[in-house]
Amino acid sequence: MYGTGILKGMAVVMKHFVDSYLDDFYWAARGGRYYNDEALQVRQGVKGRGVKTVFYPEEKLDVPERFRFVPFLVTDDPPPGQKWGKDWCTSCGICAKVCPPQCIWIERGKQPNGRPKPEPNAFFIDIDICMNCGFCMEFCPFDAIKLDHDYELASYNRTTAHIHDKERLSKPLSYWREIAPKKAAAEEAARNFVEEAKAKKKARQAGDGEPDPTLADEHARQLMYRGDTY
Amino acid sequence: MSELILDAPEPQEEEMAVGTAVSDDPVARAAALLKERFPDAVSDDPREGYSGLMVDVDKLVEVATALRDDFGFNYLSSVTGVDLLSENKLEAVYHTYSLDQGGDALVLHVQVDRDNPSIPSLVPVWPGADFQEREAWDLIGIHFAGHPDLRRILTWDGFNGHPLRKDWKEPFFEEEKKPFGSRWPDGGVFRAEEKNPFGKNVQYPAGWQPTGNEYDVETDMYLPGETHVVDPGTGIKTDKVTVNIGPQHPSTHGVFRMVVVLDGETVVDLKPVMGYLHRNHEKIGERNTFIQNIPYTDRLDYLSSMSNNHGYVLAVEKLFGMEVTERAEWLRILMVELTRICNHLWALGFLLNDLGALQTPMLYFYLERELILDFFEATAGSRMMCNYMRFGGVAYDLPDDVRGTPTLQFLEELIYGNLPRVLDQGDQLITGNEIVRSRCIGVGVLSREDAIAYSTAGPVLRASGVQYDVRRANPYSFYPHLDFDIPVRFNGDVMDRYDIRMEEMRQSLRILQQVLPHIKATTGQKINSDKPQYALRAPRAGEAYGRVENPKGELGYYITARRREGNPDRYHVRAPSFINLTPLGKMCQGHKVADIVVILGSIDIVLGEVDR
Repeated sequence: MYGTGILKGMAVVMKHFVDSYLDDFYWAARGGRYYNDEALQVRQGVKGRGVKTVFYPEEKLDVPERFRFVPFLVTDDPPPGQKWGKDWCTSCGICAKVCPPQCIWIERGKQPNGRPKPEPNAFFIDIDICMNCGFCMEFCPFDAIKLDHDYELASYNRTTAHIHDKERLSKPLSYWREIAPKKAAAEEAARNFVEEAKAKKKARQAGDGEPDPTLADEHARQLMYRGDTY
Repeated sequence: MSELILDAPEPQEEEMAVGTAVSDDPVARAAALLKERFPDAVSDDPREGYSGLMVDVDKLVEVATALRDDFGFNYLSSVTGVDLLSENKLEAVYHTYSLDQGGDALVLHVQVDRDNPSIPSLVPVWPGADFQEREAWDLIGIHFAGHPDLRRILTWDGFNGHPLRKDWKEPFFEEEKKPFGSRWPDGGVFRAEEKNPFGKNVQYPAGWQPTGNEYDVETDMYLPGETHVVDPGTGIKTDKVTVNIGPQHPSTHGVFRMVVVLDGETVVDLKPVMGYLHRNHEKIGERNTFIQNIPYTDRLDYLSSMSNNHGYVLAVEKLFGMEVTERAEWLRILMVELTRICNHLWALGFLLNDLGALQTPMLYFYLERELILDFFEATAGSRMMCNYMRFGGVAYDLPDDVRGTPTLQFLEELIYGNLPRVLDQGDQLITGNEIVRSRCIGVGVLSREDAIAYSTAGPVLRASGVQYDVRRANPYSFYPHLDFDIPVRFNGDVMDRYDIRMEEMRQSLRILQQVLPHIKATTGQKINSDKPQYALRAPRAGEAYGRVENPKGELGYYITARRREGNPDRYHVRAPSFINLTPLGKMCQGHKVADIVVILGSIDIVLGEVDR
């Protein structure tokens, strides 16, 4: 019969309409459907029913741990009374070399005798150019550059506010642990492993044992790539 | 830290049998027969690492015709222009396939002098060469003699030079190759537009003055016979109306313009105008190192970034001779098939939107698409710009949980629950809808012969009765181990293209259901054959063409490299959205204005890929 297709379709729309109210009733006794973290989690998951709107900015979706947005530099937690901790960056330049749009500028530190010092004098990221690919984080052998979860970077002035300098980029390790606990723990384990391997190697070299080739390999690998630690 | 260099692997290609030896491989057989028939004009490509045939420029049309008619290589997939600056030559590379026999490409190379680059056009043999030859003319500057409409296509008329030539430099040029020396170790930050302010770095071709009328392209795009007719009886001249649809129009899916000649409400002819989103992806790709290209491919067809990654890494892995671990292959298929569902949900949502079923079906489709994007975000870190695949594997293993649900449970819910449910719901909601059917059936018909001749790919080709899918015809990854059907329809109209996409999503679900047990079984295995390296260099010189069945059609990457170079020498993308637009004018002829929008929607283009 002509028109059955349309009626079937209308039934689907009707079902969605009713569902949206059923879900409202379900959550009414459980603290409300909106502005309720638990309800938001369910609403956005595979079991979500009814209206799925998120009322940004009052409600915000949790970003997953691997979420990546504009990099920051990891520093030690600042000692009491000081604003900045020690930079982890050694200004080796790998991130600047791997960066696809070339948005990273690093001025390598210099010792008084003119030799390179393993810390950056200056570090700039042009966030207009950055494409949030995460290669800098993946390839940094020192866990010194990480991608942030802070995606609210709107500003009024493009020409002055969008080149982040070292001061703006630096964030303490505790912040990284907070936004990406699993990844931070995995990286810490990897670093400890490398330290242990180095110590063992040193101990062996002090004695007259042969260096353990597998550990050295593993060390090299760990230094090279941090993509899949978690 | 020293830059690691891969050891050169053994050459992979088998030497082609010289002479008339009968081979099982259709490519080798056709190549041998061609050489036999044109002994003076066709020879093996002598260069190291190159396969295929070198064809004499004068005999190209004859060779192509013989290839199409006598040897069954009836499908011209890709036309690539290459600038060989050191040899002072330009080259055109043609990838032809046999739709009936499947298998690899028979590649034709044609070289001409760089100072007088003229190659006969293949449009009379394969109309699908139309846009691709215009692109090669525009970007490389190869003149295709006999092309019916050889205008620039991606850049505009006032563009100076041919940007993909190796000696052409962009307005914000810094260095030939990345990484740029100014970034480290001295690090003086600057903004390119301050050094080289826009407006002062624009050049026009010699003798060309901007008049302000360049944008009235419709006046010179059509010949007088097409825009008006003179009635032989009365001698009265009747004008037809030329209308611009786009570039700023919601139904064009982006910045895309169609110049339409109308007779009343009926379309007489239609010519697409594109390039508004052009950023010369290929030039950027040639400045980039190999790994730096991966995130750029995300931005081609930004609705299916995983598939784009896949095609590119396949091409580079082929060139480098790299292995991929088992778990990585399963993860890749998982991601790529989810992407296909994602893309088709989007495409159908917008098709229905264009039909006037505003928002409702589209948003119902998106609710489930969101879940797939959530999974991508939890795994790769980004919803759309996934940047997930690496040479030899993938970047990350599966996460522990997605939106609070353990990952595998989330995937099971998705694959066995939500996605089949949304497809059934879509069928119920719209497939049987009488208005949709009467708007779609018989509209935008593309015959089987035209679909092949115009080099269409993917759902457009399969809706016209050609059962051709790269996953089956020229299998890659673990697709030979998977059980799935290639849906095919025979009317070639909008409804069939809709049906094909619905059916493909169901087939993708079938694949995903087979992939899940493998994902479980390989938990904890390596996801990359070697740790990715940031400064990868080509272990050998040569060319490679990697192609995948992208949701939109055949996505191919043509890469050439020199030994020990860190950057591709030539990087070309065979963009399915772009080439599928070639028959748009033909499909629209005779239909009403409102149908143009639907026909365009049924091709499913993404302007990021069309304009590159």
